[in-house]
Amino acid sequence: MTSRERDACSRRGIDCSMKMIEIKDLIFEYMRRDDEGNVESVNRAVDDVDLDIEAGDFVAILGHNGSGKSTIAKHINAILIPTGGTVWVNGIDTRQEERIWDIRQSAGMVFQNPDNQIIATVVEEDVGFGPENLGVPTEDIWKRVEESLRAVGMLEYRRHSPNKLSGGQKQRVAIAGIMAMKPKCIVLDEPTAMLDPNGRREVIRTVRELNQREGVTVLLITHYMDEVIHADKVIVMDEGKVVMQGTPREVFSRVDELKARRLDVPQATELAWELKKEGIPLPDGILTAKEFADAFADYMRQCGGQGIR
Amino acid sequence: MGIRLENVSYVYSSGTAYEMHALNSVSLEIPDGQFIGLIGHTGSGKSTLIQHLNGLVKASEGTIYYNGESIYAEGYDMKKLRSHVGLVFQYPEHQLFETTVKKDVEFGPRNLGLSEAEIETRVAEALRMVGVPQELYDASPFELSGGQKRRVAIAGVLAMQPDVLILDEPTAGLDPRGRDEILDQIARIHRERRMAVVLVSHSMEDVANYVERLIVMNHGRVAYDGTPREVFAHYKELEAIGLAAPQITYLMNDIREQGYAIPSNVTTVAEAKELLIPILKGNSVRRGGGI
Repeated sequence: MTSRERDACSRRGIDCSMKMIEIKDLIFEYMRRDDEGNVESVNRAVDDVDLDIEAGDFVAILGHNGSGKSTIAKHINAILIPTGGTVWVNGIDTRQEERIWDIRQSAGMVFQNPDNQIIATVVEEDVGFGPENLGVPTEDIWKRVEESLRAVGMLEYRRHSPNKLSGGQKQRVAIAGIMAMKPKCIVLDEPTAMLDPNGRREVIRTVRELNQREGVTVLLITHYMDEVIHADKVIVMDEGKVVMQGTPREVFSRVDELKARRLDVPQATELAWELKKEGIPLPDGILTAKEFADAFADYMRQCGGQGIR
Repeated sequence: MGIRLENVSYVYSSGTAYEMHALNSVSLEIPDGQFIGLIGHTGSGKSTLIQHLNGLVKASEGTIYYNGESIYAEGYDMKKLRSHVGLVFQYPEHQLFETTVKKDVEFGPRNLGLSEAEIETRVAEALRMVGVPQELYDASPFELSGGQKRRVAIAGVLAMQPDVLILDEPTAGLDPRGRDEILDQIARIHRERRMAVVLVSHSMEDVANYVERLIVMNHGRVAYDGTPREVFAHYKELEAIGLAAPQITYLMNDIREQGYAIPSNVTTVAEAKELLIPILKGNSVRRGGGI
């Protein structure tokens, strides 16, 4: 670790002496069997992936369906065990079956469909389910439930029925349920794919706040580019391999490559790229409308003219 | 002639504490061959609206006409209406049930009592339109990828050869590649078959890129109805009702505020590029000319 990184850690008040997640030479293969149980075909979903996630980071994984990103996510709380290579979560090898609950308490998971993750008939009971199973004393459970619901902005709904909530609210309750187990890391597998624009905004705002305020490490898997522009690091997967990684700005500077993989880029990035192809030297890695407008103003100023106003 | 709604209202749980007006006196027309986008936040009434269009839900008040005839008239053939107005639900792949792709797509036309030859043609045609190759005809639909399953489910509706095709968020949960493929195919079907298409979507970028008319629902009413350009000019009002314009609309308005003469309702990247190039180049040419 560089001294700069160590500084960043101490500023956030996080112990960064250990990587939150370390993935080394990970291979995962699905086997298809016929009726007699003979192996028909072997499908390599993750192909030799190395990946480190530092404590306190916000990391986003992009990639198509079938690129292996969800398979990686499922390794992080030991739903899947590697075919080859190793995954360490908070320093624990996920192959150590006897430590599976330590692993799942360190790294909580939020899935795509809000309706599949809520089990209780009252919001606060749903959030309390996790800590209750961990054997947390009752008084403490209620404290955690309250803190978690407050952290996701759902405290006023604590006595509501989850059935009457919107998709975005349900996802925030699911996130609170994870938070109540006090994990160091949350893995979100396309948490906004089934939500409308409002729900998407709510969930992403909540996740960013948990990362910034509570120092929770976040691994966000998504198809939406606008959800990753604030990440510390973006990882692009294709055919089971990590094909690009870097800051959002670095990754979105490579528009050609993203387009070749038929991934989206933000519209501001795409417009800047199209104009660059026409010979207009705008800077690389523009991500937002405001950045584009600023770069545009700079360019017009540099050229000394007023353009056609 | 298409579909016409006259003062259609729909009330849920009428007379109870949960009474809710899902639709509130909606009047609109869906002419033959138009490509329409339908947007609105969750609970705005858009799903309720489309379920009225093929008679799945009966309006509490008002009337719906298909090709000039009231679908609520005594003895109106609802089964026939449903073969003319095809509805593709959200996550339609959850409704696949047959053992092979071909059998699943056949199910609808077979129920229409068509000849074997006609069924065969329709199935092949429908699967071709959604880009499912012949090798997959005998595969189990459950072995396919998410995007492929969805296309098979859409083919099941296309095989009925509807005049109006309604799709409720056909790209939900798909990746960008799957989304573009499905939308391109829908646009092609619309062009080739002159089918009216109603596309329910949460993606403002998608509707801006594909549709010719945009209907915005809010609290069970039609809030806006016009070309995407007309509707997205109201981007501030759209935000107030939980929607937004495409990012490019905001970007171009930021530039406009710098004092450039560009319209406030740009909705696609291609359009933005056309508008900005003369400004950017005009400027560099003047500079090159040595002012």
